[in-house]
Order: sequence, then C-alpha cells, then structure tokens
Amino acid sequence: MASAREMRLRIRSVKNISQVTRALETVSASKVRKAIAAVTATRPYATKAWQVLKHVAQQPGRESLHPLLAERANVNNALVVVITGDRGLAGAYNSNVIRFVASRFDNHPVPVKYIAVGRKGRDLLIRRRKNVIADFSNLPPAPAFADVSAIGRLAVDEFMKGEVDEVYLVYTDFVNMARQVTTVKKLLPLELVGEGLVEDFGGQHNGPQAAYEYEPEMNEILDEIIPRFTALQVYQAVLESLASEHAARMIAMRNATDNAKELVGELQLAYNKIRQQTITNDILDIVGGAEALAAK
Amino acid sequence: MTIRCEIVSQDRTVFEGDVDIVVLPGADGEMGILPKHSPVLTTLKYGIVKIRRGGKEELFTVAGGVAEVQPDIVTVLADAAENIEEIDVERAEAARKRAEEVLAKGVPADTDAYLAIEAALRRSNLRIDAVRRYRRGSRIPTSES
Repeated sequence: MASAREMRLRIRSVKNISQVTRALETVSASKVRKAIAAVTATRPYATKAWQVLKHVAQQPGRESLHPLLAERANVNNALVVVITGDRGLAGAYNSNVIRFVASRFDNHPVPVKYIAVGRKGRDLLIRRRKNVIADFSNLPPAPAFADVSAIGRLAVDEFMKGEVDEVYLVYTDFVNMARQVTTVKKLLPLELVGEGLVEDFGGQHNGPQAAYEYEPEMNEILDEIIPRFTALQVYQAVLESLASEHAARMIAMRNATDNAKELVGELQLAYNKIRQQTITNDILDIVGGAEALAAK
Repeated sequence: MTIRCEIVSQDRTVFEGDVDIVVLPGADGEMGILPKHSPVLTTLKYGIVKIRRGGKEELFTVAGGVAEVQPDIVTVLADAAENIEEIDVERAEAARKRAEEVLAKGVPADTDAYLAIEAALRRSNLRIDAVRRYRRGSRIPTSES
C-alpha cells in the first residue's frame, strides 16, 4: 500500500482536477445557453428556406431549372463537409462525428473529398488519411452568417466546377441537453426526400399545386437564392453542432467532477486507514517499550 | 377567406398569422397577394410588407430577401425584418451615422466589408424612412421607398 504522504498528494491532485472540471462545466453551461438561443433563433428561417428550396426542386423539369438542382448522370466524386469542434474535452462528441463519417463514407462507391470545419475533426480525418481539401478551424465562439458563408460558397463552387458531383453535410443535431444526434444531409444536388432532420412542418400546406411564376427572371432568382440557401443550411448546421458541442462538454465535465468527488472519498477512506494503522503501530511501540522498561 | 402569412428574418419569426391581404415589395414592383393566389417565387426589394386583417393594417420593413407565395400561404424570408412599431429610431440613426462615418473615411478595400457597411446603411435608412412616413396611424398608401 502507498505511504500516507503519497496518498495525501494523490488526494490533493484529484481535488485540483475536480476544481478544473467544475470550472469547465460552469463555463460550458453558460456557453450552451447562448448557443441554444442562437440555434433556436435561426431555426425558423433555415427551416422555411429549406422548405422553399424543396418546393423549387419539386417543380416540373427540375433538371433544366438550375444546375444546383440537377442530379448528375455520372457521379465520380463526392464531397463531405464535416463539422466538429476546435477543442476536445467534450466527451465522445468529436469522435462520434468521425466514427459516423467512417461508417457512412468509408465504403462509398466513389472517391470522397472532405472539408473539415473544426480543428479536432481535421486532425482526426488527416490521421485516418482522408483527402481533406479545405479546413475551416477557429471559428468565432458565436459565428455570424458571414463567418461561415465561405464554407457553403466553397462547396457550391466545387460542385459547379464539376470537381465533385454530390455534396454531403455531416453535423450534430441538437435535440436537447442530453441528446445530440450525428446527422448526414445531402446538400447538393438538392434531394426531395432528404436525409436531413429539418423536416417539413407536418403538411401545413400541400406543396405547390402549379408551377411557379418567377419575378424577376427565373434564372436570376434561382441563381441568387439557391447558393444562398445552401450556405444557410451550412450555417444552421454549424450552430446546431456548436450547441451540441457545448452540451456534450458540459455533461462530460459534470461526469468528471462527480467521478473525482467519488474518488476523493475513496482515497480519503484509504488514507485514514493508513494513518490509523500508523498511529496504532506507534502506540504499540511505545507501550511495548514502556513495558520492557517496567519489567526490568 | 384568409391567407396565412409568415414573415421570418434570419434571427426570428417576425409575424405569423392569418390575414386578408399581403402586399409585397417585389423586385418588379408591388404585389398584392389575396387568398388563392397562384404560386410565385420573387425576390424582394428593400421596402415595406403590408398586411391587413380585419380592417387593421400592419407594416413591416424588410431589407431584401425572398417571398414564396402558395395559394394558402405567403412565406417572406427577409434578410432583416421588423414591425414598424418596434423600430428603435435612435438605434437606426446611430447605425446610419456609424456607417456614414466609415464610408466618409474612404471606401474599404475589402469587398465583403464594403458590402456589409453599405447594407447596414441601406437598412438604417429604410427603417428611419419607414418610421417617419408610416408610424402612428398615418396611413399613406405605400409607394417605393
């Protein structure tokens, strides 16, 4: 068994760790509140925008409508935008995303390129020898649309240039504090029945009954809104992921704090036993010595 | 007979409800939308969205965006939108001043920065004009702003 001194040091270090994890938990708790506010604020717009995009995609002759809506006959390359955090200590948050990417795309029929959003995801992807073509790390703590619009623009550009023929988005959907779901959504070309989580609102209306009239010109309007709405979907995914990351970190840190507390209790008990034992031994020595003297 | 109207800006739902008519500042001019309108997809100018329900009118500024019209619903996706009664004039005026000061120092080299400032300036102008013209019961018919 360890000496009393070693035990004391151990207890002190565990206590220090628990202070750090508790501080991190508090920080994450305040960050998650802000992130949730941000994500719920933008959700209606993103949901409606997605809905409008879907209606556009349901128009007759969608292939000729806009290149971003057209399914390509030959799919030669795929692009996956992977959203993770810049930092660790968030439980299984980052590795869940990467594991999900691996299970979903490792056996993809065509070569896959990756755009990494977040430092952790980038590092993990590179370690797995994935083809990472772009890296958006160190986003501001509360990103605005302008901060992430470049990601969507890059994805659209790659698609328009024909470098890739389909684009997916992998992110973590924030359901509630205890539940975050890693999700894939096909971004381009737009799919009617998406894998995405942003669902239609239970048939509030029955979709377009007739073809749209466009004002001004159809192409002009589609050129403007489709790339923009696509970028918006990326933005929403970033916000969802951010809220998920903070929630995951908060839970992980709370668990760590709890574990540390428990460990301190156990160690303290063991330490007390050792201390007691030492004292008992000392007393026995003294008593033994005294008796030996008295016997003389 | 009413038509549902939803005005959503990037950061919140500004209006949601059943109305008698919606007037949109479409790219090619004003459009009055009544129930059972045929589907339209249009971009919006900086201007005023007007709704009427039960004889009462409400006005909203929209700083560009898109509107989708379906026979039973109008969805306005605005870059920024607010009810005219909610506009903080002092804030809008301060924003206009800031933007003008930056532009007075010279045009920023960065295109994105320039566009952001220009948009901020246009937004605050729109808000200030809208409040001057329409707030508190003065019901002049909407013209281009």
